[in-house]
Amino acid sequence: MSQQTTHEQYYVPDQSKWPIIATVALLVTVYGLGTWFNDLKADRAESSGPLIFFVGALLVAYMMFGWFGAVVKESRAGLYSAQMDRSFRWGMSWFIFSEVMFFAAFFGALFYIRYWAGPWLGGEGDKGISNMLWPGFEYSWPLLNTPDPKLYPAPEGTISAWGLPLINTVLLVSSSFTLTWAHHALRKNNRQQLKLGLALTVLLGAAFLILQIEEYVHAYTELGLTLGSGIYGATFFMLTGFHGAHVTMGAIILTVMLVRILRGHFSPEHHFGFEAAAWYWHFVDVVWIALFVFVYVL
Amino acid sequence: MSAVIDDHGHAGHDHHHGPAKGLSRWLLTTNHKDIGSMYLWFSFAAFLLGGSMAMVIRAELFQPGLQIVQPEFFNQMTTMHGLIMVFGAVMPAFVGLANWMIPLMIGAPDMALPRVNNFSFWLLPAAFGLLVSTLFMEGGGPNFGWTFYAPLSTTYAPESVTFFIFAIHLMGISSIMGAINVIATILNLRAPGMTLMKMPLFVWTWLITAFLLIAVMPVLAGVVTMMLMDIHFGTSFFSAAGGGDPVLFQHVFWFFGHPEVYIMILPAFGAVSSIIPAFSRKPLFGYTSMVYATGAIAFLSFIVWSHHMFTVGIPLVGELFFMYATMLIAVPTGVKVFNWVSTMWRGSLSFEAPMLFAVAFVILFTIGGFSGLMLAIAPADFQYHDTYFVVAHFHYVLVPGAIFGIFASAYYWLPKWTGHMYDETLAKLHFWMSFVGMNLAFFPMHFVGLAGMPRRIPDYNMMFANFNMVSSVGAFMFGATQLLFLFIVIKCIRGGPAAPAKPWDGAEGLEWSVPSPAPYHTFQTPPDMSEVHEHRKGTGGELTP
Ligand code: HEM
Ligand SMILES: [Cu+2]
Repeated sequence: MSQQTTHEQYYVPDQSKWPIIATVALLVTVYGLGTWFNDLKADRAESSGPLIFFVGALLVAYMMFGWFGAVVKESRAGLYSAQMDRSFRWGMSWFIFSEVMFFAAFFGALFYIRYWAGPWLGGEGDKGISNMLWPGFEYSWPLLNTPDPKLYPAPEGTISAWGLPLINTVLLVSSSFTLTWAHHALRKNNRQQLKLGLALTVLLGAAFLILQIEEYVHAYTELGLTLGSGIYGATFFMLTGFHGAHVTMGAIILTVMLVRILRGHFSPEHHFGFEAAAWYWHFVDVVWIALFVFVYVL
Repeated sequence: MSAVIDDHGHAGHDHHHGPAKGLSRWLLTTNHKDIGSMYLWFSFAAFLLGGSMAMVIRAELFQPGLQIVQPEFFNQMTTMHGLIMVFGAVMPAFVGLANWMIPLMIGAPDMALPRVNNFSFWLLPAAFGLLVSTLFMEGGGPNFGWTFYAPLSTTYAPESVTFFIFAIHLMGISSIMGAINVIATILNLRAPGMTLMKMPLFVWTWLITAFLLIAVMPVLAGVVTMMLMDIHFGTSFFSAAGGGDPVLFQHVFWFFGHPEVYIMILPAFGAVSSIIPAFSRKPLFGYTSMVYATGAIAFLSFIVWSHHMFTVGIPLVGELFFMYATMLIAVPTGVKVFNWVSTMWRGSLSFEAPMLFAVAFVILFTIGGFSGLMLAIAPADFQYHDTYFVVAHFHYVLVPGAIFGIFASAYYWLPKWTGHMYDETLAKLHFWMSFVGMNLAFFPMHFVGLAGMPRRIPDYNMMFANFNMVSSVGAFMFGATQLLFLFIVIKCIRGGPAAPAKPWDGAEGLEWSVPSPAPYHTFQTPPDMSEVHEHRKGTGGELTP
């Protein structure tokens, strides 16, 4: 039995401590978060939650460094065949697909509220009878009045699409271009241009995040637009918030890539780590376009 | 066979050797067989735990009136029973089978991402530890049903719901990573010449199941995240007072939930499609149509979710659309049943334990399919919804469906796993006790359901008393029988007649080309499948054609 000519041999890693560390880290993290949230809600003065959460988060960071570090080392030792590379590609693609579906749940919620549940609550359409719950409630979008303002005080205004969000769109879209530019440079082995392109991308991402924070501050302090200001605020902050979290993640990943490049990693032929980061970044960009259209403009 | 790593001159790895010693073997392993075994044992433990909760439920329902437990605790039992069986017993059992068998069936050295594989497994005990610990928390554990409808699970939930939410998150991460691994393995690690249409159906159904998992587990994560936000951060996704809608919860949940029920049955379809040909000594009838039917079922499962919500108040067009779409699923399902029956037709049948479970699977799953069709008729569902008829339906698809599929697979592959034949007499006893027990337990539920007995209730009208007593007796019988299964498995691991590489004369597939028990490392050099003849299509073929 020897078919090496037709098939390369596949790298099966030896025993590893990282998965079990990852499990413990995640468990501690969520246990800490849960304790923290519950203590906050019940107004308990003392809570062990934040501390447990912090320990868990540190463990997660340690695990990430260790696990990815091990993979980087193996890759640089030349242990990964072209077939292994394809496994990583499939893995990353399907992971991104799962992220798409996560966002789809929140977009789906937004569409359902806007096209069905909202109008019904306001007395329109098939199930307009729901209006008997709060007679006189009028539905509009953005929702500037909630059925029960005592529970959910309505916002005074919403963020216009054509201010910060437009700038942010320009920032993120250009960051996708600079990243592609960097990728081309990597393929042509132009390391200088690669570094420049990647650094620009990270900067654009950071600028995006800063503006996003500014927008949130504005919403909370001046517009009364909060998580608790009814379904508009809920969908707005969940969608933009999860997106922002992904931009943060993506920017961190790209920064790691930049550090690796400064240390001389990646070759014009082998740079899947970089490509995976780029895929992730483009995905985050596409989600933003959808957000810009459905959350801000329409 | 040569070792994988040595060729790269990397010290410290030596795959000639067997497993590591002691606990570290299990904690740190990257071996698909070790991980598969851990999944299977975990699943069985969850099966017994979830089963003992079912025993509490049936003990309380043995007679009308409140005897044994308080209603609050009863609700926790129904909730935890459902959650543990779905996420702890059925799903991990299939992932365990996938881990063990997919690399063996496609001639791969291991799963594509072995460390991620270990992570996927170990997240499960963590998640379930967290989930089960809620039972001991102040205010008790989840009591809102396994479907955890808002606002029961938000506004009116016990404090422990926060941990329930995080437990679901952990399980979701585990499932998604497990599914990514399965897909990457199937798409990338097939032996040369093992074309897609030569794959055994178990591999095909798992490929599609994995796709379903990656598509819907994130939606489940989304819905529990909305709950978390509603509970702790003042959002109003599921509160109409803020412009949200509790029905939104049901839409998002069932968008996950319906594909989920197919996640729990498709791998069983695949396993049965190997087992029936083996014991009929005939190739599977209609291989290609089986593949397409599986694809069709997966596609349809995304557009039928509101059949769980016919009575909640959806527009008339919605009722109609979801009614017809649901009925359509009966077509590909019918194709499958037809093919299984045709495979047996004029075969030279023998009825060892795997075949007994497989035949019972076909017959009893079909009964569940028919009650499903009845439920799919929207106007009729107004009558049946939230009654024991629904409980009867889904137990017929899940117990003789998913669970019997798992038992059939276990008996079929136990010789490969352990190197010993199991005790056939005891296995047949296990089958017949399970068969009688589960029918006694679940068939009467059709009648009490049609007569109007609501589900998830600790007390009931006197007129349902007789049937409920029968149900309880059947349930105890089914439950006790599973201890026999544990005994049979342990006995088989510890000894028994030595199993040849291929213990079933009619069996086909690469897994039978390696010795029994399968060595710790198999197919480090992939076998060449390109010679396998066309008429062996879909059987996985044999090494020497
Ligand atoms: C022919 C195929 C099927 C059809 C037409 C069908 C139809 C339905 C319908 C209409 C309901 C909702 C009943 C109600 O709540 O009033 C239902 C419930 C259910 N079905 Fe099926 N079904 C089918 C197959 C399956 C399969 C294969 C499984 C799992 C392996 C399954 C598991 C369930 C479960 C778990 C529920 C109840 C969920 C709950 O409310 O707790 N079904 N089915
Ligand atoms: Cu369904």
